[in-house]
Amino acid sequence: MNNREYTIALAGNPNTGKSTLFNVLTGLRQHTGNWPGKTVVHAEGFFTYKDEQYRIIDLPGTYSLYSNSVDEEVARDFIIFAKPDVTLVVLDATALERNLNLALQVLEMTDRVIVCLNLMDEAKKKGIVIDIAKLSKKLGVPVVPLAARNKEGIEELLETIVRMVHGEIKTKPIVVSYSRAIEEKITKLLPLVKEIVGEEYPARWVALRLLDGDTSLLHALQHQPHHLLKGVPNYACHCSAKSI
Amino acid sequence: MTQAKLERLCDAQPGERFRITKINIEGTMKRRLLDLGFVPGCEVTVLQKSPLGDPTAYRVSHTTIALRKEESSNIYGERIGNE
Amino acid sequence: MRATVPPNPFDELMDYAKSLSDGDTREQIVSAIFQTSRDICKETITYTKREKLHETEKLDRIFTSKIWGFPIMLAMLAVVIYITIAGANVPSSLLAEFFGWFEGYITLAFEKMHAPEWLHGILVLGLYRGTTWVVSVMLPPMAIFFPIFALLENYGYLPRVAFNMDRLFKKSGAHGKQSLTMAMGFGCNAAAIMSTRIIESPRERMLAILTNNFVPCNGRWPTLILLASLFMAAGYTGGWKTLMTASVVVAMVVFGIVVTLTVSWVLSKTALRGMPTHYTLELPPYRRPKIWDTIVRSTLDKSIYVLKRAVTVAAPAGVLTWVLANIHIGDTTVLAHVAHLLDPFARQLGLDGYILMAFILGLPANEIVLPILLMGYLSTGALTEVDGLHSLKQIFLDHGWTWLTALNMMLFSLLHYPCGTTLINIYKETKSKKWTFVAFALPTGIAIAVTFTTAHIAQWLGLI
Repeated sequence: MNNREYTIALAGNPNTGKSTLFNVLTGLRQHTGNWPGKTVVHAEGFFTYKDEQYRIIDLPGTYSLYSNSVDEEVARDFIIFAKPDVTLVVLDATALERNLNLALQVLEMTDRVIVCLNLMDEAKKKGIVIDIAKLSKKLGVPVVPLAARNKEGIEELLETIVRMVHGEIKTKPIVVSYSRAIEEKITKLLPLVKEIVGEEYPARWVALRLLDGDTSLLHALQHQPHHLLKGVPNYACHCSAKSI
Repeated sequence: MTQAKLERLCDAQPGERFRITKINIEGTMKRRLLDLGFVPGCEVTVLQKSPLGDPTAYRVSHTTIALRKEESSNIYGERIGNE
Repeated sequence: MRATVPPNPFDELMDYAKSLSDGDTREQIVSAIFQTSRDICKETITYTKREKLHETEKLDRIFTSKIWGFPIMLAMLAVVIYITIAGANVPSSLLAEFFGWFEGYITLAFEKMHAPEWLHGILVLGLYRGTTWVVSVMLPPMAIFFPIFALLENYGYLPRVAFNMDRLFKKSGAHGKQSLTMAMGFGCNAAAIMSTRIIESPRERMLAILTNNFVPCNGRWPTLILLASLFMAAGYTGGWKTLMTASVVVAMVVFGIVVTLTVSWVLSKTALRGMPTHYTLELPPYRRPKIWDTIVRSTLDKSIYVLKRAVTVAAPAGVLTWVLANIHIGDTTVLAHVAHLLDPFARQLGLDGYILMAFILGLPANEIVLPILLMGYLSTGALTEVDGLHSLKQIFLDHGWTWLTALNMMLFSLLHYPCGTTLINIYKETKSKKWTFVAFALPTGIAIAVTFTTAHIAQWLGLI
């Protein structure tokens, strides 16, 4: 009885099976190769689950969200300005250390995050055992193990998405603690950020970006791209997709 | 200064482990390297050189990243023995 | 709400933040994040099979080794092409026979209905033949080549190619990722133009765009394979013939790579001057692809693609060619007129007027060059039915072909302007008429120069 369409963003490092997951969720059958950066057109797809509509956006695969490149800015702006109902962070379970880097960055930006541990089949083959419950507790958000190309874990993921969009999951994202010098500066900046930028953006994260000298973010905040707000992102290609 | 004792990553040989102390690169490239795990304090293992001698593949936080000499000669640190 | 806040506070905030920050803030931030990651991993991950962890590295020691790196790359290319040629022969001729057999019935039906001659001409000799030729010549090799290529791609071999070749691209002033976009070109240059987006520096991206065409796309593979097997491997039989054909095609691909590197080098010293930008390349772990899934999907995808192209491009081209070949001005057809006009110039390139005209009419898609050429030849009065590769060769021989003609046509096909779709994509991506024109003119100039040189050297040496 709910006509609202939920928006899901897919973020992740290149080559973590993000496109595969996108294809599985939307029922698209696009070819996905194994080389970094092969997704050059950002795709948007739709699916229905339990009578509810979802729009899913495959953000460019990036190593971070620190506006080093156009791709990273696109991904960052979408999470900050379009405020997706859920952001799925797809991680390669076989290289978790590097991949978590991005997850921690996303967790500074939003609390509506589900961490997808993809390539669990590969991890298993390599004898990498991950304590999912503990990881989830540490990160403060749900963690779902997946093997997207074998369609394993998809059901659990969809269930988790449903519960999250209905507000049934309380998340408490981990807060990365920085060096004392940086923490002091953050404390100084926080009140100003809240006053000038507004409460609708993650203040701690904004303060960090400012300390980092990220002018592009401030510019974006100042000339807030209204078209991004729940609207259609200006992506190069729109793929249609069927429901699963 | 301790600087004098530092060695360049490009001089480390395949099989050797290397701890990064300093990255002498500016701008986007430095940020990219940081994102990939070339962070001061981190350990890198030299895997092997490309058939033509450059670039070289490194193992850094459980991933394999290839760097050209232009970059690896500006990453300083110390060799900490073989694998 | 926002409008009431003057823009000044933002600048002040930025200035204040700037005054607080020092040079290595980013380093400290990333270090802290990595430290957190490491701590989390330490507590949540256990490694039970240490020996399995570095399997990819062990494989890389072979695939990218000093001794074996390049031979393996070449061997992979050769094996893929060999399998393609060996496997495509039989289904190709079966398809051709089937279409020929079916054409007989269609013609009968037309006669039964007392359909006018011209209608039969347009629909059967033009549309039907054009489409079915493309299908029978294109479909089998493509349905074999691409699944194998997709397996290699999904396995994770392509980044190793980029790793091996990086130095060559650096030396020629191009971006190391250009080898990835080139690999995409094997499938389709138009798609590869889009994939150059992975190269961020505009200068190097332009190099990748301008030279992508020197990689034969799926519209040109069959032309190369067919001509190589008809003319270059003529003296051989059985497995040797396939091997010889494969070697010639591999040589063509390697030549295309050499041209790519040379052109990139010249451009980066002249019109697109600059230093290669720094970059990092990740070598992802090898992953065993889902073999059947990949094969089935890729075969289906490619088949649908080829069939679509056959209908959308080859069908109209077939009709157009037939019309041009049947409208008379004076006592010769329009087609013959044009071919005659082009002939003197084409001869200088070791080609003939019909071949050049086929390339010109084939601008929309490389797939249709060969069918147009055959239709052109057939319209000159030879009534031969094309029912197999042998009669194909006879048609060429009847029109004065030698191995040199075949070689020059292969070279011209490899090097000439990109197809219409690719040009449109280049315009979309570069937003520049000038560079789109360069993307057209540069390869064409090179194609003309190379074929001219080959033709004249061969004549001068008395090889022909």
